[in-house]
Amino acid sequence: MMGASGIQVGDVVVIERAHLERLFDALRQRGYQIVGPTVRDEAIIYDLLRSAEDLPIGWTDEQEGGYYRLKRRNDAAVFGYAVGPHSWKRFVHPPALRLWRAERTDGRFRIIEETETLPPFAFIGVRSCELHALAIQDRVFLEGAYVDPVYKARRSGAFIVAVNCGQAGGTCFCASMNTGPRVTFGFDLALTELLDAERHDFVVDVGTERGAELLGDVPYRAASDAERAAVDDLVAHTAAHMGRTMETAEIKELLYRHYEHPRWDDVARRCLTCGNCTMVCPTCFCTTVEDVTDLRGQRAERWRRWDSCFTLDFTYLAGGRVRASAKARYRQWMTHKLATWIDQFGTSGCVGCGRCITWCPVAIDITEEVRAIRESESTGSAPSPGKEQ
Amino acid sequence: MVPHPYRVRRRRRETHDTFTLELQPASREGMDDERLPLGQEDAERDIPIASPQPPSTVPAFLPGQFNMLYLFGVGEVPISISGDPADSTTLAHTIRAVGTVTAALRALRPGDMVGVRGPFGSHWPLSDAEGNDVVLIAGGIGLAPLRPAVYRILAERAKYGRVVLLYGTRTPADILYRRELARWRSHFDFDVLITVDHALGNWRGNVGVVTTLIARAPFDPLNTVAMMCGPEVMMRFAARELVRRGVPVDRIFISMERNMKCAIGFCGHCQFGPTFVCKDGPVLPYRGVKDLLTIREL
Amino acid sequence: METLRPLLAEHPFFEGLEPRHLDLIVGCAINVRFDAGTFIFREGEEANAFYIIRHGQVALEIFVPQRGPLTIQTIGQGEVLGWSWLFPPYHWHFDARAVTLTRAIALDGQCLRAKCEEDHDLGYQLVKRFAHIIMQRLQATRLQLLDVYGVRS
Repeated sequence: MMGASGIQVGDVVVIERAHLERLFDALRQRGYQIVGPTVRDEAIIYDLLRSAEDLPIGWTDEQEGGYYRLKRRNDAAVFGYAVGPHSWKRFVHPPALRLWRAERTDGRFRIIEETETLPPFAFIGVRSCELHALAIQDRVFLEGAYVDPVYKARRSGAFIVAVNCGQAGGTCFCASMNTGPRVTFGFDLALTELLDAERHDFVVDVGTERGAELLGDVPYRAASDAERAAVDDLVAHTAAHMGRTMETAEIKELLYRHYEHPRWDDVARRCLTCGNCTMVCPTCFCTTVEDVTDLRGQRAERWRRWDSCFTLDFTYLAGGRVRASAKARYRQWMTHKLATWIDQFGTSGCVGCGRCITWCPVAIDITEEVRAIRESESTGSAPSPGKEQ
Repeated sequence: MVPHPYRVRRRRRETHDTFTLELQPASREGMDDERLPLGQEDAERDIPIASPQPPSTVPAFLPGQFNMLYLFGVGEVPISISGDPADSTTLAHTIRAVGTVTAALRALRPGDMVGVRGPFGSHWPLSDAEGNDVVLIAGGIGLAPLRPAVYRILAERAKYGRVVLLYGTRTPADILYRRELARWRSHFDFDVLITVDHALGNWRGNVGVVTTLIARAPFDPLNTVAMMCGPEVMMRFAARELVRRGVPVDRIFISMERNMKCAIGFCGHCQFGPTFVCKDGPVLPYRGVKDLLTIREL
Repeated sequence: METLRPLLAEHPFFEGLEPRHLDLIVGCAINVRFDAGTFIFREGEEANAFYIIRHGQVALEIFVPQRGPLTIQTIGQGEVLGWSWLFPPYHWHFDARAVTLTRAIALDGQCLRAKCEEDHDLGYQLVKRFAHIIMQRLQATRLQLLDVYGVRS
């Protein structure tokens, strides 16, 4: 069965591995710039892709606290790895962005707004945790009193080809955060890679009309009950093999009770305040601005750059910094991620992707820090949560 | 969110390190149409310049809100609005020169341009306070964001019970708005109590921290709304003193300050626990932040 | 001076005091008045009274060589001035100067000390009240020490 007619949102079809390039062609023909995983600098990162051959075919990764290594697989799996150091936020919320320019003549200046016209993105290989991360950033940038026009433009046009995770990474804990591994929303098409000695196919869930329309240009067939069951089994297997777990029951209250806890001193002795965790986190959204001028002082620009709550100047106020100690900065990051975020945006800021654990140079593990604080309550080693007078 | 062009109409020195900028919108049709009056370069401070054309109006603001002031190529800072909310032609900002941008703002002269984004943030609960006594407590530069509230209260004086302004500064030389304070004080229905932390013998006013004024001020604690702005430590002590005198905790409001880059809740810098000071504040109910204020380095 | 009794009775400092104790205190009280600029007491002098300020403003000062008089604190209407009368060696530690015309009730320290020795209940009541004032002044002084309005460089 081939062709566009008859396919509907909610349908499940199968595309053969050999036809994956056709999906790329179809996206390119519709004007998308295709972004997806590829191998570079000994890691799987996200960048513009020319073809499906740029995908990390036959590669996987080993991840642990402070540890990431690429490894050759003994098969030709296309999506046989967990998430790498990049996340999709670098495309919808760019690391550096010129907000506007200004020109000065005769003591007057004029502001020239940036107008960005980019072709829409097609994101290939978006994991469930990453869809949740995008949804969380949507709340920050689209669903409050103000809307970030750059984010809106880049996000709203993006075509999402999601992937159900066929294996869990060593630092993954999406199952704990209820953010995966099964893709449940926010995709145009969702692929599940089925690969064994006899076959190499993608089972495709059709999430949108746009996704259904695209499949008109890609050879497919209907999925069998066995193939649907295979997807369920695969995802269930992934869920059962998470590298990490985190108990999230009443986690907000837990952390609010423990703004003062000896564990923060403990983690501060290890933390280098390098900010890696915030850079790799798919939901961290903080930025700073830089005002720059040319040498003659006639042209000025304002740039927005990713910032990190681990930098000392993040809280600079006349005469001092609010969070001067490493302890206060780590506490801010973790408490924001897991507790205050819930009050601010109605959702946790953590999707359990494990990047902050993998990319921490000293292997600080957010799941371990939560566990230590939680267990201190039952062992009685926590300070009394009562308010000081 | 790009800055709108404004011109400095007047710069007034307030104290050795503070000054007030009065800003008016520059022409909307592009700067090229505007001509500065001749001799502009030599304009003395405090001397208003004639506007080349009738000034367009400034955006309406509510007492307690702030703007982001941009100086070409130097940077942008959040500054509370300290002018009269009924004045639709001029934006006033009282600024303390403590950093790169504020020091550069101090060097501005009439006719110079600044960019303005705003107004942003929450405001003093003046409507909710109607029918009540109002206690305004200011420390140092903290009087600036309270001044629009004073203007509003004086304009609608009959709506409030007793109104008291308690103002503390470091020394007598640090007192802002001296002439206005004297004028406000002359109103029979507006009490102004001023105190300084340190004074030489020639100072005839109060000496002692601003919290000591709370016990002396004439107001009915049970029917009072208190609004305060000043250093956090001062506000903590003042709030406790208000509560001790019987003011209900949920009738106390404070204005907070944090590092801000965007003013609209995107940059993350101003977080104070779950609060974004830029959009949830700067005016916050004391009840909501009372316990957070005593957590170190939050 | 029976006429001072109602004035003392309504003053917050004496609130809740038993009538018999108030009677004892009234016996040690006199009305006083200080013109603007005059000293109520000076550092080093014997401390033989405390004052309940009825009207006016008093500055607690210390003279710093080469700098002149520094005001530590001002005390106004309804407040209490002086506690050195209560503790040996009964000497004032600061100067107290009337900034404006000041009317007060002076309570004789020697008289009160004698009565407190005879009636420890009265002594406890007075010491408790002074301890509260001292605590408040100490807290205010600590806050003052923080120099909260200063900008650190």
